[in-house]
Amino acid sequence: MTNTVAPEALTFECETGNYHTFCPISCVSWLYQKIEDSFFLVIGTKTCGYFLQNAMGVMIFAEPRYAMAELEEGDISAKLNDYDELKRLCLQIKRDRNPSVIVWIGTCTTEIIKMDLEGLAPKLESEIGIPIVVARANGLDYAFTQGEDTVLAAMAARCPKQVLEAEKEERSGIQKLLSFGRKKEEVAAEESEYVEHPPLVLFGSLPDPVVTQLTLELKKQGIKVSGWLPAKRYTELPVVEEGYYVAGLNPFLSRTATTLMRRRKCKLIGAPFPIGPDGSRAWIEKICSVFGIEPKGLAEREKQIWENLEDYIQLIRGKSVFFMGDNLLEISLARFLICCGMTCSEIGIPYMDKRYQKAELEMLEKTCNEMGAPLPKIIEKPDNYNQIQRIYELKPDLVITGMAHANPLEARGINTKWSVEFTFAQIHGFTNARDILELVTRPLRRNHALKDLGWDKLVKEEAKV
Amino acid sequence: MKLAYWMYAGPAHIGTLRVASSFKNVHAIMHAPLGDDYFNVMRSMLERERNYTPVTTSVVDRNVLARGSQEKVVDNIIRKDNEETPDLIVLTPTCTSSILQEDLENFVERAQIDAKGDVMLADVNHYRVNELQAADSTLQQIVKYYIEKAKKKGELPEGKTEKPSVNIIGVSTLGFHNQHDCTELKRLMADLGIEVNEVIPESASVHNLKNLPRAWFNLTPYRELGIMAAKYLESEFGTPYIDITPMGVVETARCIRKIQQVVNAQGANVDYEEFIDNQTLHVSQAAWFSRSIDCQNLTGKKVVVFGDNTHAAALTKILAREMGIHVVWAGTYCKYDADWFREQVSEYCDEVLITEDNGEIGDAIARVEPAAIFGTQMERHVGKRLNIPCGVIAAPIHIQNFPIGYKPFMGYEGTNQIADLVYNSFTLGMEDHLLEIFGGHDTKEVITKSISADSDLNWTKEAKAELNKVPGFVRGKVKRNTEKFARERGFEQISLEVMYAAKESVGA
Repeated sequence: MTNTVAPEALTFECETGNYHTFCPISCVSWLYQKIEDSFFLVIGTKTCGYFLQNAMGVMIFAEPRYAMAELEEGDISAKLNDYDELKRLCLQIKRDRNPSVIVWIGTCTTEIIKMDLEGLAPKLESEIGIPIVVARANGLDYAFTQGEDTVLAAMAARCPKQVLEAEKEERSGIQKLLSFGRKKEEVAAEESEYVEHPPLVLFGSLPDPVVTQLTLELKKQGIKVSGWLPAKRYTELPVVEEGYYVAGLNPFLSRTATTLMRRRKCKLIGAPFPIGPDGSRAWIEKICSVFGIEPKGLAEREKQIWENLEDYIQLIRGKSVFFMGDNLLEISLARFLICCGMTCSEIGIPYMDKRYQKAELEMLEKTCNEMGAPLPKIIEKPDNYNQIQRIYELKPDLVITGMAHANPLEARGINTKWSVEFTFAQIHGFTNARDILELVTRPLRRNHALKDLGWDKLVKEEAKV
Repeated sequence: MKLAYWMYAGPAHIGTLRVASSFKNVHAIMHAPLGDDYFNVMRSMLERERNYTPVTTSVVDRNVLARGSQEKVVDNIIRKDNEETPDLIVLTPTCTSSILQEDLENFVERAQIDAKGDVMLADVNHYRVNELQAADSTLQQIVKYYIEKAKKKGELPEGKTEKPSVNIIGVSTLGFHNQHDCTELKRLMADLGIEVNEVIPESASVHNLKNLPRAWFNLTPYRELGIMAAKYLESEFGTPYIDITPMGVVETARCIRKIQQVVNAQGANVDYEEFIDNQTLHVSQAAWFSRSIDCQNLTGKKVVVFGDNTHAAALTKILAREMGIHVVWAGTYCKYDADWFREQVSEYCDEVLITEDNGEIGDAIARVEPAAIFGTQMERHVGKRLNIPCGVIAAPIHIQNFPIGYKPFMGYEGTNQIADLVYNSFTLGMEDHLLEIFGGHDTKEVITKSISADSDLNWTKEAKAELNKVPGFVRGKVKRNTEKFARERGFEQISLEVMYAAKESVGA
């Protein structure tokens, strides 16, 4: 496979957009856990509620800090006053949960009936005394992880400008209380370890352990992370000022990046994303190069991680992978897997921001050339039906797909990995490269264990014309 | 607007999709935004379906919003017609499309001109009906469509089948234990010498719907799905329908007697009494179970029941009438059909609860502190927090409620399964008894799992030791009661004295 003649450049195509993905309101499921003092109110219908409740599975029972403002017929026909209704619900939320911020998630329905959430929010905010952030994460405009992008873009507008010294003390005081204290003090003591560089703010919601890992990874290079968007608490949103540098952690954050650049006058460090050891190294190197720092020990670190991955890589080297596309992580994952020796003929992706992902795309191309792998076709807004026909033709060794297609494909003898797991697993940085391969190789390992049983194809021949 | 954390019945289009995708070779096209095809994930995961769920979306995006769907919906219908050659395509509106007020009926008519299969618009109002009501009306709509089509073509078969026969109406995908119930019902009909004419919608072909009038009677085992279709067939062809759910020993017998009456009225001459007797006393183990010593230990235990109409009503009757268990309250989330539920269960429980608000249900459980709960997955989680066991008896359900093994709720095997479920939900009788005598073997530290007692009170060492002697399964309750007592009287520390005073005050 690796000897196939590669086309000269990546090709981009756009299909019909008939594909399966999660609704972007699903971002509340990880964001309410990340931002501990938030409350997410999804303003939509039963359809939205049903999706959330089923997609979140067990999480729903843990007294979540999110709820539906379920629209009724009176709301649709404007018999009821939107402002009064929202006020009533938000006061109830304030009374029961007392959050530091209420995030309104606009849905398809609020778009269609043109409910002016952005207009209502500031009025209600001053009336009830809780910040209200509005994000329009609807299925008319966005797919799955782009929901986080709309929320973070809205949050970016709320990041404070340079705080006064006293207030700064108070802010870090809160942090100290929240067991962050010890680490913060250490950081303060070791201020001298950092190189002199302009403030750097990272954006993208990651689990706290990964935040720590990446912060320490940059610290090794003498780079100080001034803040994260989002932080653990809304009250700890980072200071963002004109001239600050920002870098994205995830490929789906283009609106946030745009907002930080245009509205907050930050400078975006365009780098590949820290997914896989290759991506992690490139990400750090790019940040170093922007700050004029000579990176230390990165080559050895990357090499060592690759060595640790060898047992997993043996399982996938020379095998082919097909991305149906549903969460925008596809380019980075494909680049990493090609670097592991896989081949990839098609990368489906809901939406391709060629500017925001420029460095990642270049790295993909470079990786393909280095590995002697053919360049994949990137299919934006894919058509699942057509893709399945192509999968039947290509017979890839692994298809990364949504749950709607996973079981039917498995029943036809095709190995699949559920794509959503990549969104919820820890996949960033050097440390977590193994977790990505753990996910990727799992179907191969499982099916290897069953290979002699003759149970590959478990559907009766379909009589299709 | 309504603040909602959880819902029991899904939105209307889910009901339509459940019916459409239950049929063989019927495809549903949703007029919906990206991401609304979550139904496919549920069906693929929960049912572990090997085939692609025959549901696709005609995506509503910004362009549709600005200019209308124009050719898009029609093109998508015709495309699917070519790709998969389904017998029927059901265009399914969603909450989004119903506000757009596009003339979907017109799209269907236009698509019908070019499509080889039939095309139909599911006639449901998103803001007025829920999943269950929509499923019921969609099934009726499809049945009616094909009966009328056959009539027009003169293809409607004449007369009834030679031997007594039945249509089983209402078995569908994503229904609670529907597949197993269906197998059990077919077995029961075979035992009764009744031919199964058609089962709809599950695995049925729309071509066979014209045969429905040939059955002697219709059986609608589920209150939520199938009655509208059965009523339609009754009004059109005079086919009687039986809506007694054969769940539990007594109700199964009642259902069989009704079948006897219905088929004898049409000239059969059957007597099922001996069959009922033999099954009840010797084949099904449930009647014997209720007589056994095991079940004696359940006498008067307090339980609560919550679910859909069919299952909550049936379980309430089984618990109260067949096992002597005290049902403190029984409830349903089928608000639209509440009168029926009240009528069914009123004499078997102290109180009837009709609500869709999971908070209200959780509170009602906490208030009663039952020995066991029979409810949906939501109640199971309430039970976990309160340390009360729960048997799941109705949707909404998780993947573990789609067992691979044979677990019907209906018919005689169903009675056995329910007896196991009920019995296993309680702390085993003898263990319970021994724990009480010996003060419990569980010496772990108390961890509060309760809603009502997030403790800020101090327990003295002696009191704590005494509390640990209380059997594990009631310890939470004792702790809560004691703390409530202490709080009411302003004690800051709970000593042995306070503990005993509390015990006396509640008379326990």
